[in-house]
Amino acid sequence: MTAIPAPTAAAEVLKRRPGTAPTAVVPPGAKRFGVARTLRYLLLLFFLLAVLIPVYVLVVTSFKGPGDASPDRAWTWPQAWTVDNWRAAWTTLSPAILRTVQMVVPAAIISSFLGSMNGFVLSRWRFRGANLVFTLILFGMFIPYQAVMIPLLKIMLGMNIPNGIPSLILLHVIYGIPITTLIFRNYYESVPAELIEAARVDGAGMLRTYRSIVLPISIPSFVVVLIWQFTSAWNDFLFAVFFSSSQNGPVTIALNNFANGALLQNYGSSMAGALLASAPTLVVYIVLGRYFIGGLMSGSVKG
Amino acid sequence: MSVRHRKGLTHWGPPLLLISPSLILMGVFVYGLIGVNVATSLTDEHTSAQSTGQAPVTFVGVQNYNDLLRSPAFQHSLRNLLLYTAVFLISVLVLGFIWAWLLDKPVHGEGIFRSIYLFPMAVSFVASGVVWRWLLNSNQGTSASGLNRLFQMIGLGFLQNPWWNNPNWGIAAIALPAVWQLSGYVMALFLAGFRGIPDELREAGRIDGASEWKLYRHVIFPQLSPVALSAVIIIGHMSLKAFDLIMSISKPANYQTKVPAVDMYTLKGSYNFANAAAVGTILLVIVALLVVPYLVRTARAEKNR
Repeated sequence: MTAIPAPTAAAEVLKRRPGTAPTAVVPPGAKRFGVARTLRYLLLLFFLLAVLIPVYVLVVTSFKGPGDASPDRAWTWPQAWTVDNWRAAWTTLSPAILRTVQMVVPAAIISSFLGSMNGFVLSRWRFRGANLVFTLILFGMFIPYQAVMIPLLKIMLGMNIPNGIPSLILLHVIYGIPITTLIFRNYYESVPAELIEAARVDGAGMLRTYRSIVLPISIPSFVVVLIWQFTSAWNDFLFAVFFSSSQNGPVTIALNNFANGALLQNYGSSMAGALLASAPTLVVYIVLGRYFIGGLMSGSVKG
Repeated sequence: MSVRHRKGLTHWGPPLLLISPSLILMGVFVYGLIGVNVATSLTDEHTSAQSTGQAPVTFVGVQNYNDLLRSPAFQHSLRNLLLYTAVFLISVLVLGFIWAWLLDKPVHGEGIFRSIYLFPMAVSFVASGVVWRWLLNSNQGTSASGLNRLFQMIGLGFLQNPWWNNPNWGIAAIALPAVWQLSGYVMALFLAGFRGIPDELREAGRIDGASEWKLYRHVIFPQLSPVALSAVIIIGHMSLKAFDLIMSISKPANYQTKVPAVDMYTLKGSYNFANAAAVGTILLVIVALLVVPYLVRTARAEKNR
């Protein structure tokens, strides 16, 4: 059992090994258009379509007007395309989206620095019980937050931290420590010890080594952790529902109220709202997908 | 490689300085609060007057746990959680494995398939709940929409069902969106596992004349088992904490889809803090049973490296 590789390397493991690229010569014996091969592509396409069904529904329904409300038009193209749903969703959700940005940006940045410091110390400083400390930190990643929620509500009230974004920034930073520490520790374990030793020989203490040697080479891990924390804080609903309302909370709460609060559900605007609320994380996934996968792999603790 | 020990403040001072803020936060907000939560769960703090400090709170021992575990409503939540976890876990493992297996062979457009299989992971459960609430509409026949309508259209009308409105098995329908969101993740894990198997191992098996099945049984599956274990732990603990999807699709008041995490929310809403804390503790114990052996094993392996 080995520690999982550094985040960026983890993204690389999904890459095909050289020599087995699709353009490579078909292995002897296999026909170019064999039955197995055709079947494989058919299966892949079938699953692709199945995964995209909800996307079709979201996009098409978000452009439908009241004229398309009848159930037998459920899967059809809109009779007349309209952006009314999008306008309604934007009017209701845009303040919450802005608040979510104000929440995730500081939360992700602070968590990354904490994770980087912890990861560095835990990978370089083998004191007695270092593994125990690390395991105890990791356990914090798995706990159901329901098991701390009641005292947490009281403590936040007691510390006079206002409900809404300030509370949530603090909570995402605190409960983000385990995963960020894990990702950085695994990355630093892969950094050659000679690099650190060289700095020590030069007489640099741990703090200076961290600042001038470690931080500059940590950028790939920072990207992974920033994306990870951005996505999980953006998508969080549990803390949001206990520590905020649709007036001062993030977009998940606002969307849930917008989509399900009304007595008669307006699916068109709900779906436009769902797309708006998901847009930032989807853009991150599309643009920085490589690092996103790196984060996912790091979340798997050990391989 | 670790830096060799040296005694003295100059040696252990700086690392302690770097790590202590996090250690204190974890100590207080994870372990400290778990302790306080357990203490709360052993009291009679069932009313808002008590939770605001206007009425006294007394110690009642494990009475709340007794009451909860004996109540049919909470037993129903536990049963739902088990069913949800079984459906969710088995489905993502099977789908994730099949996708990885299909993509491990040379495939044109592999990156596109992979990205699309994986993308639902980037969406929040709340947002996906909006569309899945529509897809899992329970209406059938002429008033059907969602998946039931789609089944009619493609000649599979017999598959129509009430989804999460089924009083006994409704919770299994909530696992469907969860499977949609996380199968891609399990695929990525398995794919990394497949790609990590050295070619020599497969070749050696082939030269020995092993059939394709035997190659899988004796070479591939054993090599993939650590990945499968990771997937079980990660998906398993997510599943046991199921909350967002249920809140978004079927609402907390819905008896057939309630689970402990939802009960905890409802109890907190009615200021029954003692019982809410007890449900939280029960959930923690269930998750710990899954996760702690794994963490201990990993830590041991790490030590022996």
